[in-house]
Amino acid sequence: MSRRALFKFRLYVAGDAPNSALAIANLAAFCRANLPDRHEIEIVDVFREPQRALAESIFLTPTVLVLAPPPVRRIVGTLSHSLTLLLALGLKNSDS
Amino acid sequence: MKSVRPSLVKMSTKAPTGIAGFDEITGGGLPHGRTTLLVGGPGSGKTVLALQFLAHGVQHCREPGIFVAFEESSKRIVANAESFGWKLAELCRHKKLFFLDAQPLPDLIQSGDFDLGGMLAALETQAKAMGARRIVFDALDVVLALLPDLAAERREIYRLHQWLLAHELTGIITLKSGADETNSISQQPFGFMQFMVDCAVILNHCMVLGVSQRSLRVQKYRGSGFDENESPFLIGASGFEVAVAHTLSRADARVSNERITSGVNRLDTMLGGGYFRGASVLITGFSGTAKTTFCGAFAEAACRRGERTLFVCFDTNSTEVIRNLLSVGIQLDRYVKNGCLRMISARAITGSAETYLVRIKALAREHRARCVVIDPVSAWSKSGNDLSTQSVADRLIDWSKGEGTTLVCTSLLDEMSGQVEGGSQLQISALVDTWIHLNYLMQAGERNRGLSIVKSRGTAHSNQVRELILSDAGVTLADTYTAGGEVLMGTLRWEKERAERVAHEAAEVAAKLTRVRLDAEEAELNVRLKSLQTELVAKQVEKALLVRTTQSDKGELSRGRTQMKELRGADAAIPGRKLSRS
Repeated sequence: MSRRALFKFRLYVAGDAPNSALAIANLAAFCRANLPDRHEIEIVDVFREPQRALAESIFLTPTVLVLAPPPVRRIVGTLSHSLTLLLALGLKNSDS
Repeated sequence: MKSVRPSLVKMSTKAPTGIAGFDEITGGGLPHGRTTLLVGGPGSGKTVLALQFLAHGVQHCREPGIFVAFEESSKRIVANAESFGWKLAELCRHKKLFFLDAQPLPDLIQSGDFDLGGMLAALETQAKAMGARRIVFDALDVVLALLPDLAAERREIYRLHQWLLAHELTGIITLKSGADETNSISQQPFGFMQFMVDCAVILNHCMVLGVSQRSLRVQKYRGSGFDENESPFLIGASGFEVAVAHTLSRADARVSNERITSGVNRLDTMLGGGYFRGASVLITGFSGTAKTTFCGAFAEAACRRGERTLFVCFDTNSTEVIRNLLSVGIQLDRYVKNGCLRMISARAITGSAETYLVRIKALAREHRARCVVIDPVSAWSKSGNDLSTQSVADRLIDWSKGEGTTLVCTSLLDEMSGQVEGGSQLQISALVDTWIHLNYLMQAGERNRGLSIVKSRGTAHSNQVRELILSDAGVTLADTYTAGGEVLMGTLRWEKERAERVAHEAAEVAAKLTRVRLDAEEAELNVRLKSLQTELVAKQVEKALLVRTTQSDKGELSRGRTQMKELRGADAAIPGRKLSRS
């Protein structure tokens, strides 16, 4: 996989709930640190667009869908552990 | 305005579940617009109860519902529940019921804290769209387990609770509990949840002596009275059925003075007119004492009156019962054919006593039976522990009283265990109104059946033991031979009676003989009297004759002397002078 691949995130948040606010900040910080200039973040507020949450089966907030590169991954939580994120996105091997 | 309010409030405080028995325990259903916690072990019926609550809401209360499935997929839930006949798939199509699949995906990656805000937002939209009034969160523990710490779990439970209250939805949250209910339930956060919710129901499923026993208990119910005891329940063909004892006021509701025949004329006489309508009758006896025959006689008589009757036989096949009863002239088959009588054979091998009671109740309701016969009720003690069968028997009687159904049940006594005077195994003899005991009397190489009435509430009844005679003409009761402190039956009675008859005849003949003899003697005396009287008359005549003869002789003599003097002429003087000279 090209190191320059574009990462597309869709972050579902529940209004300005503390967990959701944390997740927005954490994701932004993570991308700045690890994926500079190759990320897109879409933020969906489930309070405003509940139909989208229903359609995507988003029941736990915050949830981030990693839409690209494939496969689609689903990460739940405030995204406070960057190591988990790095492993999930394949940016780091678990043995290293 | 103010006077209307209380009734309105009362109307809306309970959300009926449609579960027979459960609504009675809780006084009408779950708290309306509040949250109920449903806790139970695996396979204890949490999901079934929750689904029934939703289905009933849609079908009978115009309350659409949402089912949030955290554990099982909704497709499987709907498929599994199909057998209960709730037509969940159809309700879903009509948008009266909505299943939300909220199972956590297996590939879910967790990073940090999260909450249920997303789900609640989605549910809110859905609830608004379909006007849902009821909601079920099935297996909430699955999602709670994902949360990192206790504080987070509490927070999410609180969030959920607040959300439910804010939307005035009647909610059920189901939670798994471990095998040991009391232990795991008090653990956090379930314990916390129990304090928070307005109503908590605990489902229990355990094995007692190898027989499955399910029970349910309402642990708390804010603002409402409820039955605090464990109530056995059953998951039957149409869902939950909770066994509940009628409250006293209901059991006493209908008391009838009407008498109905027992089917045996002489027994009616002994009871002073028959059983009371709505009474519970217990017939005890060893095997072969004709208990079933009495049941059959009662059933036949009931059907002849046109009363719908349910006959439950446990140990024998119903067709066998019909055939066997035919031999004593009880014809049940025609009533089976015309639908008046329903015979059910239930082998007492499978199922708990609870199962039987619920089934019998359901069948009786379905058949609209006015009379129910259970032969023998003691078969229940085979299944499960004594304590539970005891309570089942209690409830059976409660139920029949409440319904005004006349119940005749038999209880088999075990000859070997040597129970004295038939203390019935299920101690229901204290509860029944009439208790008839059948017994064998062994005498002179014969077994004869005897019947006695141990008790009969509210009716004058005979204290005599009667001999029971079965013949093709039917059941008859004969007086036993009880003279001289002996009780004789069968051939002995017959012999004794015959001996008495012979003795009586002999005495009669002897008396007749004596009378004849006396008659003869009397006649003889009369004859003698007559001859003596004749003799007397003869003697009297003779005597009179004698007197007359003597007088005429005297006169003749003196006349003769005068004549002689005159003839001699010796003295011409008058006789008077002559006499004075000489």
